[in-house]
Amino acid sequence: MIGRDLLGIEDLEREDIERILETANHMREIGEREVKKVPTLRGRTVVNLFFEASTRTRVSFEIAGKRLSADVINFSPAHSSLKKSESILDTARTLDAMDPDVVIVRHAVAGVPKRIADVLDAPVINAGDGAHEHPTQALLDLLTVQQEKGRIDGLTVTIVGDIVHSRVARSNIYGFRKMGAEVRVVAPPPMIPAAVETLGVKAFTSMREALDGADVVMALRIQNERLAGSYFPSIREYAATFGLDRAKLQFAKDDVIVMHPGPVNRGVELSHDLADHRPSVILDQVRNGVAIRMAVLYLFSGRRKAGRSERIQGSS
Amino acid sequence: MTRLLIRGGRILDPASGRDEFGDLLVEDGRIAAVGPGLDAREAEVLDAEGAWVAPGFVDLHTHLREPGQEYKEDIGSGGRSAVAGGFTAIACMANTHPVNDDPAMTDFIIDRAEHDSPARVYPIAAATKGLEGRVMTEMIALVAAGAVAFSDDGKTIMNGGVMRRVLEYSNLVGVPVVVHCEDLTLVGDGVVNEGPASTRLGLPGNPAIAEDLHVARDVMLAELTGAYLHVAHVSTAGGIDAIRRARERGVNITAEVTPHHLTLTDEETLGYDTNTKVAPPLRSKADMLACRAALVDGTLDAVATDHAPHAQYEKDQEFSEAPPGMIGFETAAPVVLDLVRTGEITPLELMRRMSTNPARILGKPGGNLAEGQPADIVVFDPERSWVYDAAKGYSKSQNSPWDGRTMTGRAVATIVGGRLVYHVDRGVLVP
Repeated sequence: MIGRDLLGIEDLEREDIERILETANHMREIGEREVKKVPTLRGRTVVNLFFEASTRTRVSFEIAGKRLSADVINFSPAHSSLKKSESILDTARTLDAMDPDVVIVRHAVAGVPKRIADVLDAPVINAGDGAHEHPTQALLDLLTVQQEKGRIDGLTVTIVGDIVHSRVARSNIYGFRKMGAEVRVVAPPPMIPAAVETLGVKAFTSMREALDGADVVMALRIQNERLAGSYFPSIREYAATFGLDRAKLQFAKDDVIVMHPGPVNRGVELSHDLADHRPSVILDQVRNGVAIRMAVLYLFSGRRKAGRSERIQGSS
Repeated sequence: MTRLLIRGGRILDPASGRDEFGDLLVEDGRIAAVGPGLDAREAEVLDAEGAWVAPGFVDLHTHLREPGQEYKEDIGSGGRSAVAGGFTAIACMANTHPVNDDPAMTDFIIDRAEHDSPARVYPIAAATKGLEGRVMTEMIALVAAGAVAFSDDGKTIMNGGVMRRVLEYSNLVGVPVVVHCEDLTLVGDGVVNEGPASTRLGLPGNPAIAEDLHVARDVMLAELTGAYLHVAHVSTAGGIDAIRRARERGVNITAEVTPHHLTLTDEETLGYDTNTKVAPPLRSKADMLACRAALVDGTLDAVATDHAPHAQYEKDQEFSEAPPGMIGFETAAPVVLDLVRTGEITPLELMRRMSTNPARILGKPGGNLAEGQPADIVVFDPERSWVYDAAKGYSKSQNSPWDGRTMTGRAVATIVGGRLVYHVDRGVLVP
């Protein structure tokens, strides 16, 4: 069953995912009320420890925590000073001494939430680490697909774009595979990770083949303008070849839905028209993000390890 | 006259091919006799029953951090850690602060080692000034001061023209140019081996081709120049293939492999433990098996630790920021003993790759138990089981992936120049 920390979808069982999605369905209802607040986590402290700037994910966690009446603290150590003064583990230990009930960690380098979880008493929720995982994003995507399609089992999901640098891709690959979907990835060849088939996906370079019969198409954000020229020749060529528009969607199933983790580079990953209108479900994803994060905070907060004093005695 | 009798061990002398039970007598710092039932009168006796008596291990590749980074290690602590692992001689890389690119620095290291280190220390000087890959060092003066080889080690000389001229010029001194082979343009930001592990971890991959290609370049330059090239810490099947084919053509090259590349794979990195971060990275299982086969068949001549101490707080950084490297003296022999346990290599041949071959590459005595040779000896118990606790080791640093693991095989006594410098029950005895 669900462990102490939520570091990645890779660690979860199908039953864990189903339980989180089910809990999120209840949480969604709270967001639809006039008074969007329940006392569930009153007196609990939730810390958003964001080493990497991220407005959207941080705000989503903050709203989720506040709807559950938790005290939400945002802590964004400036990375430059961090390098000189304090190691990430020291920062984490300092924070842990203030007895938070859950710590949400975002960092530009893969593995940092895991290292922090190893030293913290408080449970850690990974809010995105480098190109490793972004579990709450995958969970909200799964919830969105489940709502739209009524099921996940047996669907074909195609992920388009910068797979190699994407934590969203990895978490969604694990999530959709565990829930019984077929997952395909399609990208310019330099953006397909080494040995990607070991993740249980099939890699394509042709959009026509990758989209053929797809129920869900997920476009990934081109994170960095520097990628143009090194991973593909230009934004123009990328958009023409891998950008989603209504013409390319013809290859997919008639009832295909289009997803994007946001923020969208309009005219690059998605045509303007698709960014705003169905079959894209981008704002539903955002809405579900709050429900998923409420569910995750509810299920994971307060699962502290043995208390500090206990550990000190135990280790003597 | 001081006499030490090592009694009743299995004498393993790769230089002569001797592998038999017997005694070994040391007199005045040299090996006086080897054989059964030697006279122990007036001799201190060291019981070696059940143990191997072999030439002391010689490490071609270590980082002793002095001068400049004494918080990680110094020549004394490194030397003590070395003898605790059965090493009697160690060669130290030039990436100190300041860099060992000047005869005065080589003098300093040798002088410091004489006072502080129970193991013999052989400095490897920089191949280019400041390890900058541009201006070659004064090789003749450095060799005169005691440098045994030249290397920019971790700072790969990317400029092929500079590398060619370094190799050409090194023919004047005839010592090895030691190369760390990684094409940095292919390494990019890579910090773990490119493959299933890097993809799962979401960390930038360092592809095997970066090493393969650079080994191929350097062996071709060695062939062109006729210089003596020594390839450090080979980790890929492709690099091994390039070395094997060049040797078949008669190119003057030798090569080493680390205990970690012989026994660990990139799967070790899956928990983000920065103690598994090393350059070149831990590779695939196929690469590891190729390294083992190449050590056995002689394509790789020697085991070298690449002992690279780092402070805990440095390793506590993000995986991409943490410095690469692991310490290795005290774990090397038990770790590589795995190849004996699996039957891949005989004890005698493993000892050859731990002592005789590296001593030959350095052009130094050692690796030889013949009468009259300096008495650099290890008594090694291949069955002794123990738990490695890095914090209790002699290195100033603890960055080891084997910390806390149960090891089989341990140096029980180390003798340098006839002096017992380490005994497992008494610890390091000098200086």
